[in-house]
Amino acid sequence: MATNSKRRSLFDRKIVRRAAFDALVKLNPRLMMKNPVMFVVEIGSVLTAVLLLVNLVTHRAAPGDHFRFDLQITLWLWFTVLFANFAEAMAEGRGKAQADALRQAKSETTAFLVSNGAVSEVPSSQLRVDNVVRVTAGQMIPGDGEVIEGVASVDESAITGESAPVIREAGGDRSAVTGGTRVLSDVITVRITSNPGETFLDRMIALVEGAERQKTPNEIALNILLAGLTIIFLLAVVTLQPFAIYSGAPQTVFVLISLLVCLIPTTIGGLLSAIGIAGMDRLVQHNVLATSGRAVEAAGDVNTLLLDKTGTITIGNRQAAEFIPAPGVTAALLADASQLSSLSDETPEGRSIVVLAKEQYNLRGRELAHLNAEFVPFSATTRMSGIEVDGRSIRKGATDAIADYLQEHGAPMPPEVRASVEDISRRGGTPLVVAENGRALGVIYLKDVVKGGMKERFEQLRSMGIRTVMITGDNPLTAAAIAREAGVDDFLAEAKPKDKMDLIRREQASGKLVAMTGDGTNDAPALAQADVGVAMNSGTQAAKEAGNMVDLDSNPTKLIEIVAIGKQLLMTRGALTTFSISNDVAKYFAIIPAIFAGVFPVLKALNVMHLHNAESAVLSAVIFNALIIIGLIPLALRGVGYRPMSAAALLQRNMLVYGLGGLIVPFVGIKLLDVIIVALHLA
Amino acid sequence: MTLNGWLQIAVFIAAILLLAKPMGSYMTRVFDRRKTLLDPLLSPCERLLYRVTGINAEAEMRWTEYALAMLVFSAATLLLTYIVERLQGRLPFNPQHLPGVESALALNTAISFTTNTNWQSYVPESTMSYLTQMLGLATHNFWSAAVGLALAIAFVRGIARRESKTLGNFWVDLTRGTLWILLPLSLVFALVLVSQGVVQNFKSYDTVKLVEPQTVTGADGKTSTITTQTIAQGPVASQEAIKMLGTNGGGFFNTNSAHPFENPTALSNLLQMLAIFLIPAGLTVTLGQMVGSPKHGWAVLAAMVVLWFAGTLTVYSAESHGNPLLPHVDSRASLTQSGGNMEGKEVRFGIANSALFATVTTDASCGAVNGMHDSFTPLGGMVPMINILLGEVVFGGVGAGLYGMLVFVVMAVFIAGLMVGRTPEYLGKKIESFDVQMAMLYLLIFPLLILGFSAVSVLLPKLGLSSLANHGPHGLSEILYAYTSATGNNGSAFAGLNANTPWFNYSIAIAMFFGRFIMIVPMLAIAGNLAGKKIVPASAGTFPVTTPLFTILLTGVIVIVGALTFCPVLSLGPVLEDLLLRAGQTF
Repeated sequence: MATNSKRRSLFDRKIVRRAAFDALVKLNPRLMMKNPVMFVVEIGSVLTAVLLLVNLVTHRAAPGDHFRFDLQITLWLWFTVLFANFAEAMAEGRGKAQADALRQAKSETTAFLVSNGAVSEVPSSQLRVDNVVRVTAGQMIPGDGEVIEGVASVDESAITGESAPVIREAGGDRSAVTGGTRVLSDVITVRITSNPGETFLDRMIALVEGAERQKTPNEIALNILLAGLTIIFLLAVVTLQPFAIYSGAPQTVFVLISLLVCLIPTTIGGLLSAIGIAGMDRLVQHNVLATSGRAVEAAGDVNTLLLDKTGTITIGNRQAAEFIPAPGVTAALLADASQLSSLSDETPEGRSIVVLAKEQYNLRGRELAHLNAEFVPFSATTRMSGIEVDGRSIRKGATDAIADYLQEHGAPMPPEVRASVEDISRRGGTPLVVAENGRALGVIYLKDVVKGGMKERFEQLRSMGIRTVMITGDNPLTAAAIAREAGVDDFLAEAKPKDKMDLIRREQASGKLVAMTGDGTNDAPALAQADVGVAMNSGTQAAKEAGNMVDLDSNPTKLIEIVAIGKQLLMTRGALTTFSISNDVAKYFAIIPAIFAGVFPVLKALNVMHLHNAESAVLSAVIFNALIIIGLIPLALRGVGYRPMSAAALLQRNMLVYGLGGLIVPFVGIKLLDVIIVALHLA
Repeated sequence: MTLNGWLQIAVFIAAILLLAKPMGSYMTRVFDRRKTLLDPLLSPCERLLYRVTGINAEAEMRWTEYALAMLVFSAATLLLTYIVERLQGRLPFNPQHLPGVESALALNTAISFTTNTNWQSYVPESTMSYLTQMLGLATHNFWSAAVGLALAIAFVRGIARRESKTLGNFWVDLTRGTLWILLPLSLVFALVLVSQGVVQNFKSYDTVKLVEPQTVTGADGKTSTITTQTIAQGPVASQEAIKMLGTNGGGFFNTNSAHPFENPTALSNLLQMLAIFLIPAGLTVTLGQMVGSPKHGWAVLAAMVVLWFAGTLTVYSAESHGNPLLPHVDSRASLTQSGGNMEGKEVRFGIANSALFATVTTDASCGAVNGMHDSFTPLGGMVPMINILLGEVVFGGVGAGLYGMLVFVVMAVFIAGLMVGRTPEYLGKKIESFDVQMAMLYLLIFPLLILGFSAVSVLLPKLGLSSLANHGPHGLSEILYAYTSATGNNGSAFAGLNANTPWFNYSIAIAMFFGRFIMIVPMLAIAGNLAGKKIVPASAGTFPVTTPLFTILLTGVIVIVGALTFCPVLSLGPVLEDLLLRAGQTF
């Protein structure tokens, strides 16, 4: 798998510097308003700052005893806001760095516009849809388009990071070219398919920068929850003052705002957008571009994966696995004949036969030139290939082709050979019958090789409740055998594009979410219908437009990683929400007894953390609340640790770590901060 | 705490767990309109009712129509009760010739019974005629419970149905809930209560000669000798049965289930407690059956049992230890005394059954009492308050408990559901922003009313504080308890607070009204929205809602969301009072 993600360290100095600056810019209330939780903290910070100034002016001679405490609270409240902004800026900064790199590929180039047979030079920015341009070796392709004439090798490393050139040709599934990539050889004529500013590169830059970022449905729902909790806690704190007055223990605004900020879910509120941006960023690092955050969320929810057999589940080519001789023929003879017939067969299958013969019977490869042999190439009429050497006439081919050939020589296909052929088909292989001088020698078992580790991955997917369906053009017998070997849950044999579409519709009708990959134009409708449609970058423009993700590496297996990234994104959100809410318990135990203990010393019994005094208790809670945001930035950006397992097991693990952890950690943290504050004489 | 006490508590919960399944299965059949044993008797009545009222029993309602029908019905019955109260002086069945009820109190009472709260700012035996008790109040005990049942079933249908626009028919659910469930159960239970000595008559009050005349000194300093006592009578058993089964809790007499004519024996006491939990417990089974996941119903019931047990343990333990300020008084339990803190408790019930009753009546939004919560120890009295503050979801009121619990389930699934790597889904239904929005609204109204009204009351010396019998943290508890009980539609009182003033009558009426109806609307909106969704088939990746872990999670969310909101005020009320009491200060 080619990937251009040089693993950027989480806290790259340049990114940190830019993020620190952006954190200040983001204090703009109009930007803050999008995040209700942090907006409340900002209002609180402004309130305490104003009050602090008023106090300073009115008690100019001798700042009150509380001044030092009030000042510290005000500062830490501002830090809370800044830390949250910093988290978001950090997540964006990683995207921005990537966008900068992409922009370099987007330099203005000269396009050779073809119109009415004449070629004129225009700047690439003036190209419009349906313009036709000619690109010759060494030139940059001026915009996204489709090759309508010619074939060329193209360096797409600017987009994919893969340095090996790819072939782009007119017609077929490899016709799409991307602006900003370079033609290395030959000349192609390209019809432009997108206007300047709307090209793939532009979209990619916008995506990684987060400029077009819109809140995803789940993020919106979570924001509503957080806003609701904020209002509830606002209510609890606002009404606390009347009760405190009734009890003869009124509190200062500084204490009340501190309590409020500690109770509202600032941890998740501050990190929520960073988690979303980082999720998209992780996809980009896997060289996958998603057109929306919604698609990433949908990936986490996927119930059914449709996987093409060839290239995804099996490696593209079949390989010879076994020589099965006919009765009266030794395996060595069959291997020898097979090898001879395949020596000049340059197909991967042919080469694998030579390799197998060498491995099993130590038959060394022989040079055709030395043998004085005549090679009989495969033709559509005979559907056989073979060799004429030393009076030996060897043929190999599909069963019925060889049967016809034998018939001509007056020999029937031995029933044992037919049995072997059927057996191979049943095992999911492709039989290749070998005959010499009109006599059947036996069968070569060509095997569809399932990629290593696929069975385990499907097992993992199953444990996560995801069903895998293999799509293949093979007949049902062969398909069933491969499906069994690969460990997929189901298969669709002899599949036509319409069958794929029907399958998706059927799954969706029963409430399931479906993910698939595709590259051809005939995949486009299914890609559009699927909830997660991953188009291969090597595919056609139609496929790329239809899907909601593009894999720049054109690796269909990556669908599994995409699902994992989607799940990780959702899990991170859930884990930090749970953590944030559980934190409140400790904060209550820190603040409530402390602030009322002055009037009611008996409440010290509830001071289970033995915090030093009211001021140190409130300060510790506020500082903990601010620092935990910074402390959790790496988790928000990296995502919580994720291993495939059942929902029940995941829940148990995450509840233990983030639920129970969220209960315990702040007790420890607040106590520690209290010790430090007292040691530094800050309260 | 004694072994005997714990055994009685164990018998109680074992009986509830045994009764839950038959009760729940029966209710499933009733609301699915399947065959039951009572059909030959009741189906003709049902058909007749529909024919007379012109109801089309086959017409399905959207959530908005369902809500509207419910509101219209409640408003109409509210008005009826108000009119009966105001006019009772001119109406029959009034042997004591009680005058019409004053308007603020009449309105408060009408709202109170319509909302299944049964908050009573009055002394029933000296305020309400028999006709008012029966036609104005006991009827509401049926109706408000049937409304709650209907709403809960509508919510369950919302979860169970797939891509449906409707939730059922309110009138049908109301009728079937009343005819098949509440009426038969009440009839049997009333007769059982009569066997224990609960009265059922239309006699005027008895006057009996005191064995030992009492001499009292009046406020004006004059002494007088009392030689007779008036003993109130009335159709008690018929009202008592539905008071418990419908989790209404409004007593026929002022002292509610502590009165010997309401709750005469240990057996009647046990049966009354069972009656409170019977339908709410059964509804969890109904939930499981209707959504096709019986285990989910049990998981929800388990969360209720856990919270019930925590409450019972706390009250029982607090009350058994007695008053720490009386160290020289023997407050150990023995053969001759109950021990512990017996102030405000009936000797025939003792500590264990008073503690259990207090927990049960506040877990469910019943509000009947067999002892005075105001006289409990601070921590013992805090538990009933917390039970209500959790949102009346620990068993909860008939129907209301289940739908309140389901809103918490939606919240729990939403908060923790993400942790399994899927957008949150509850039994195959995706929980999306609209659902969260409505759930938050539901959860928000509750603290808004309780904390808002309490905060205003403690700031108003003339209107609020003048009603207090006690000051300091205990006074705060009294005010907080009143609004908690009203908003939670519980109806039990902490006493000590004179709530029959215009301020309290009106503000508590608003709290009761909004606490019921304003919360129902977002709840039904969630149900309607859920009904329209597809159901994602369950798989290994589905958020588990049937496991013990889910029970723990649900309990945690209820405690954290419920308790954290009220933690500050509780620490200035009962918690502070308890600590001060231990330090020797009383109020």
